[in-house]
Amino acid sequence: MTNLFRALTILVALSLGACGINTVPTREEAAKAAWADVENQYQRRADLIPNLVATVKGFAAQEKEVLEAVTQARASATQTTITADQLTDPAAMQKFQAAQEQLSGALSRLLLTVERYPELRSSDNFLALQSQLEGTENRVAVARRDYNAAVQAYNTEIRTFPSMVAAKLIYGAKPMQPYKATSKGAEIAPTVEF
Amino acid sequence: MPGWLLKLAFLSLLAFPAAAQDFPKLTGRVVDQANLISPAIEAELDAKLHRLEDETTRQLVVVTVSDLHDYPIEDYGYRLGRAWGIGQKGENNGALFIVAPVERKVRIEVGYGLEAYLTDAWSSILIARTILPRFKAGDMEGGIVAGVDELVAQLALPPEEARANLAAAREAKRRDAGGRGFGLVPMLFMIWFVIWMLRGIFGGKRHGKKRGLWGAPVILWGSGLGGRSSGGFGGGFSGGGGSFGGGGASGSW
Repeated sequence: MTNLFRALTILVALSLGACGINTVPTREEAAKAAWADVENQYQRRADLIPNLVATVKGFAAQEKEVLEAVTQARASATQTTITADQLTDPAAMQKFQAAQEQLSGALSRLLLTVERYPELRSSDNFLALQSQLEGTENRVAVARRDYNAAVQAYNTEIRTFPSMVAAKLIYGAKPMQPYKATSKGAEIAPTVEF
Repeated sequence: MPGWLLKLAFLSLLAFPAAAQDFPKLTGRVVDQANLISPAIEAELDAKLHRLEDETTRQLVVVTVSDLHDYPIEDYGYRLGRAWGIGQKGENNGALFIVAPVERKVRIEVGYGLEAYLTDAWSSILIARTILPRFKAGDMEGGIVAGVDELVAQLALPPEEARANLAAAREAKRRDAGGRGFGLVPMLFMIWFVIWMLRGIFGGKRHGKKRGLWGAPVILWGSGLGGRSSGGFGGGFSGGGGSFGGGGASGSW
């Protein structure tokens, strides 16, 4: 009798484990952590900008308009944040993306302007900043892809059997918003996904 | 666990290497797929990189790729680093030096844990000043050797720390060499563990007393298996499970 009871207990524990009691929150936390990394990388980019603006100003103070556009875009981008609970909210996600993309646009206009100042372009300070900016953009791209993969895993989990049972009944889980690239070439769709 | 779930888990294990097929095989610390490096220089580089890992646990791998499969090199780089798991797990202290001669691209791909040492700016300067001038002159081997030398110097630790790590690495290697058939131990252990569990469940109370004694080695073995994987086993080399997040710099010539 006790043997039967033990076997039953283990069976119940296993089937509970398989129905998403654990996997749904695990995937959710993974996606939230991946989002935190996206925000970190964007913050890192924002942190580079004051230095970049100062360096460009030293050589090309007359490019006021472009410089101001970057400074303003940076300010609004750092003010637009998303809490982990808002990740299911399409409007909040769209707002965040719009702010970051505006900053990307202003930055690329600034870098285009810089082309006209060979002295600035070849200065050590600018070269270092440029490589940091490139590296950060690359990290943003990686973080975004990781986030999207985590979101996809989570969304699939909560919509497929058997985890959808727990997702619906216990957690009331809603699908999370992936980060969609809207500006051209912002994200080249990878053909291989792990 | 239901049977279909087990099957699914097994299938997903099979699917993973299939997705990573685009990457060259991790055959050593120097993977010369594009045939840019002569065997003598390759051995020399391998020795330098081996010493670096023994001294610092940091893994640096040189790889020449004959085809990037239309990936941007930045994209290819971090995926390759993750697929190979270069760097120690948890520390993510690995880096890749990637040369793609067909696409004329070069990249220093830096693991999360080394971003403070091989910063984007430092990597970019290394590529622009040391590596690219030699590549442009057609001296591929010279560019790779010069790049590796600077990378190794940048990644080296203060001499005292390096000596302590070197001693630890040698000790670990001795232990590995002593315990032949190391891979069998965890497997036997797993089988024994399953049998023990089943006996616990179905065996009734007869084994109740014994289980306490049997259970003790679990903890001992568990801690023994969690060491760092320096890949020194049998002279082969493998990644330690490190991860990459897109740090580093690229260049083209």
